[in-house]
Amino acid sequence: MRLLPTKQQAPIAGNGTAIKVENVWAGYSGRTALEGVDFEVPKASMVGLVGPNGSGKSTLIKVILGMHHPWRGRVLLLGQEVRAARRLVGYTPQIEMVDWQFPVTVRDVVTMGRYGRLGLLRWPTAADREVVERCLDRLQLMDLAKRQIGELSGGQQRRVLIARALAQEPEVLLLDEPMAGLDATIQHELLSLFEELRAEGKTLLVATHDLSCVTCCFDRALLLNRRMIAYGDPEKVFTQELLNEAFKSHLIILPVEGTFHMVHHGHE
Amino acid sequence: MSEAWTWLSEPFQYTFMQRALLSLAMVSAVSAVIGVFVVQKGLAFIGDALAHASFAGVAMAFVLGSSIYLGAVIAAVATALAIGFVSRRTRLSLDTAIGIIFVGAFALGIVIISRQSNYTVDLFSFVFGNVLGVGWHDLLIIGVMAAAIIAVVGAFYKELLFYAYDPDMAAASGVPVQVVHYGLLTLIAVAAVVALKAVGIVLVVAMLVTPAATAALLVRRLHHMMVVGALVGLASSVIGLYVSYYASVASGASIVLVATCLFGLAWLVSPRRGLLMLRHPETSFEAEDLAVAARPRDPA
Repeated sequence: MRLLPTKQQAPIAGNGTAIKVENVWAGYSGRTALEGVDFEVPKASMVGLVGPNGSGKSTLIKVILGMHHPWRGRVLLLGQEVRAARRLVGYTPQIEMVDWQFPVTVRDVVTMGRYGRLGLLRWPTAADREVVERCLDRLQLMDLAKRQIGELSGGQQRRVLIARALAQEPEVLLLDEPMAGLDATIQHELLSLFEELRAEGKTLLVATHDLSCVTCCFDRALLLNRRMIAYGDPEKVFTQELLNEAFKSHLIILPVEGTFHMVHHGHE
Repeated sequence: MSEAWTWLSEPFQYTFMQRALLSLAMVSAVSAVIGVFVVQKGLAFIGDALAHASFAGVAMAFVLGSSIYLGAVIAAVATALAIGFVSRRTRLSLDTAIGIIFVGAFALGIVIISRQSNYTVDLFSFVFGNVLGVGWHDLLIIGVMAAAIIAVVGAFYKELLFYAYDPDMAAASGVPVQVVHYGLLTLIAVAAVVALKAVGIVLVVAMLVTPAATAALLVRRLHHMMVVGALVGLASSVIGLYVSYYASVASGASIVLVATCLFGLAWLVSPRRGLLMLRHPETSFEAEDLAVAARPRDPA
């Protein structure tokens, strides 16, 4: 693993560490998914989590969320144990992990973002509903609020998940492939939303396959394939050598004017 | 007009028919409230299993001379918890765990009653249902169980909804999903016992699944599904009772058949998934999505 220098301009408001992952080992019934992952994310920064499918990106996010318990190591969120910091974290799962046929409306789903704060036997108050409306508005979902979630397009569904995460009013956002399969316009919209959130002091860890996005807009990149291959300034992380190490040479990466062109060639 | 009225009102002049209708109204409400979770979580097989497993409790209570409902609830709840436990502690899939445990419980029931010389009618009214034989005592017990189920679902609706829709996220938000999971299985077990006398062990699953599935075709929010499902169940019950009365056929089975027909009807005309509506997709999503995205963002 290599720790590389990070961009100087990373705007770090109120210095401090948002996410601290300490030597985390994790997996599922004997199969190792993460091997000694160890890094820190400063407050108010955007980190792109990059790696091939099955490289442990989702597992890492779930460990940070406390949804999956590591075998070894620990995670601190804003200096607290995950359990205590649960309310500070917003999360969007991969779109494939959500039951889109479930009979709930867009507004119902975003309201669920408030449930974690409410606790047992408590119903959303006017203040909670106000937060929900603000999040719907911010993701431009007002016109779709009464739609059943299965009646939405892929881009709209991703916006619903992000709106729900924002309704949690989190300090840290963990987003699992929020931009996969979106067209360029909507990707751009999302990126500017992420930048707005960072300017508000939120910390974002975003799993993605889009190296160009990470290079242009993110403060750091974390290259993962079970173990951490590299972490730091995206331009330093996304070298031919390190990418091939992470992607096991299944790719040839051609950097062209700040974007990356990837060419798959089978490993046979 | 008056002839039609006579035809309609005649069956319900009998108190046994009134009691039957009252019990079916409660069964419909409870089955819909629990059935929406059964349908959405794909728990139909477990619902069927719990109804069958309750037979062990029915038989045991019959032998011991205690309350048959109490026996049924204990057996069904114990089976629900055992299924959850076995599927967690072994590498068996959930449906294998269900298959092993519920037939075991059902067989236990048969073994117990086969030792009795005087079993016949009373016990078999639980197997095939005997809604026309529902007494005031049955109504009272069904009513108490129904009220308890609806109260619990009402109180914990938020958690049940969150768990049913997105268990991972619910867990991350601090919902005790294990407790909710076993709680839901327990609720299904009690709901199965509520419907036991009305439609019988073998048809309980129909009351849990069919009206809720019908409602799923018609409305788009979980609590609306509960209301519509209860109405579908009630309509099936009323029509089924008429069929049973005038055609002299088994009442439980008639009700279930009517419910199946209503499901077919809803499938045909469903605004979203109906067979007749396939040519009218709701809107063109892509165009709309782009339009929304293209709208300038509010600087605030």
